Amino acid sequence: MDKSADRNAGKRDVRRQDLPIVAGNGLIDRRALLGRGAILAGAMGAGIAPSAAGAEPLADDPWSLEMGEPTPPYQVRSKFEAKVVRTLSNPNNEPRNAHARTPHHLLEGTTTPNGLHFTINHGGVPTIDPDKHRLVIHGLVKQPLEFSLESLSRYPLVSRMSFLECGGNSAPMFSPEPMQETVQALHGLVSCAEWTGVKLSTLLEETGIDPKAKWLVAEGADSPHLSRSVPMKKALDDAMIALYQNGERLMPGNGYPMRLLLPGYEGNMNVKFLRRLKLVEQPAMSMYETRTYSPILPDGKAYRFYFLQEVKSFITSPSHGMALKGPGLYEISGIAYSGTGPIEKVMVSADGGKSWAAAALQEPVLSKAFTRFRLPWRWDGGPATLQSRAWDEAGNVQPTRAEFVAVRGELTKPPPVLGFANQHYNSITSWGVGSSGEVKHVYA
Amino acid sequence: MFTLKLKRIVVIAALALVMRAGASFAETPHLGKPIDEAAIANWDISILPDGTGLPKGSGTPAQGASIFAEKCSACHGDNGKGGGPANALVSDAKIAGISAANKTIKNFWGYSTTIFDFIRRAMPFTQPRSLSDDEVYALTAYILAENKLIGATDVMNAETLPKVKMPARDNFIIRFPDRI
Repeated sequence: MDKSADRNAGKRDVRRQDLPIVAGNGLIDRRALLGRGAILAGAMGAGIAPSAAGAEPLADDPWSLEMGEPTPPYQVRSKFEAKVVRTLSNPNNEPRNAHARTPHHLLEGTTTPNGLHFTINHGGVPTIDPDKHRLVIHGLVKQPLEFSLESLSRYPLVSRMSFLECGGNSAPMFSPEPMQETVQALHGLVSCAEWTGVKLSTLLEETGIDPKAKWLVAEGADSPHLSRSVPMKKALDDAMIALYQNGERLMPGNGYPMRLLLPGYEGNMNVKFLRRLKLVEQPAMSMYETRTYSPILPDGKAYRFYFLQEVKSFITSPSHGMALKGPGLYEISGIAYSGTGPIEKVMVSADGGKSWAAAALQEPVLSKAFTRFRLPWRWDGGPATLQSRAWDEAGNVQPTRAEFVAVRGELTKPPPVLGFANQHYNSITSWGVGSSGEVKHVYA
Repeated sequence: MFTLKLKRIVVIAALALVMRAGASFAETPHLGKPIDEAAIANWDISILPDGTGLPKGSGTPAQGASIFAEKCSACHGDNGKGGGPANALVSDAKIAGISAANKTIKNFWGYSTTIFDFIRRAMPFTQPRSLSDDEVYALTAYILAENKLIGATDVMNAETLPKVKMPARDNFIIRFPDRI
């Protein structure tokens, strides 16, 4: 092996112009991230070499010179992270629904912390005594059964990562012009957690199933007794009675002490505070399935039983409201997911879709869960339009906004940002970077 | 000798595993408590569009009008015409555009039973399940009559309600039929 040649190759790589640019406006080969971190790090320092002259001598800060705080039984995050919170639609608990949106632009990785998981509740958050809560399965079964939380906890448990998304997430993007809102306001009604519980099929084995049963009606113990119809096909596939969220019991707003989990299906169907499952021959045509989550189409007809949260991705950093601090290397980071299965690839563009580069997908890439994608990018200080586009393993591709609007239409004027003017929006999101470094929501 | 013995143990263990897998359905814990439908009745408020599950009782639009004024109009407006914090329930508006604001009971709700079901399970917002079944029938009749979907003196009960044909019944496209 010619060591000198190898060394020279390394030297070449750290020079700015030799970074492997793979698409327009400065997108760098994703492999620069994978196993070539040293090269990238070297490149980041290349260019104008900063001088060390006049640097402040390092001193010990007070926390290094005294004993710290006591260890609490249930730890909470640093007080310096207090701004990382959900945004609330109804903080005073007025008699209407209440949404809380996940701050994706302030998070990384693929797991949403329990305190930041999105919630929508339609009649406040019930305070449920877990010892008194019951789940009843009845209707077209051989033997109706009643389960307590304690009894369900003794069943064989399964864990899986699963995203949950409100069918109305991203609804502000039905606006005819790009609403100047953060990724939290636009896409904050999706989150991802590890859910642990009992497979519904296990419980249905015990009740027995009358072959006439084609649907089950799920109902919560909350004040609206929220109710949705679920095809038996899904109930017997991967449906779960979830008892744990990221290793601890469910958060109250996420359905404590138990909820229905239907991986990949619209959030509202994943009935929280689950107290009853009735097997029936036909769907109940509940208010939420026949009105709220039936989106109107441009010809005046409407979709019913949409169920699926289709393939989608968005860049979380940089994103609307951020400001880039001068030209140089940045990492584009975002999340992708599909209700159909695993993400196959995510392509990123920095020139509004003229050219694309494959992003690195963070392992593990799991079915119906968040996949984190990343790509290094050299911003040259000029205007740029950042986009991500996801494909799932079933071959579904995230539409461009033009493709989406051609089929699903758009509103005639910008809607209230907290409203749900329509549902099941999954097109590409575009972030425009101006010469000042300011990042804004744009349509491209 | 030792190897033979080991082989035998492996074979027996493998057999045991196969038998366990085959019998796995029977091996669930069976910790559910049997309960009969009579004991579930108070919770069983599911109504199907063909009327299955509708309770005894009845109500008329006139009976509904006074209940509505007392318990519903503060949020849904006088005569259900809106103006309060909650949606209007009475409107002749047509669907014009894709906004959900276009949806009314008359132009979008496919089944009359959905009105009964939702009122009974969720209304009034701060006092759900406080209405009697007769009151729910009366309010359903009132809303249907104000929308001119039934006559002003029509009685709603378990037989008549599912027969009310809603104008939007056939306005829907099943998005993913293969998932049902």
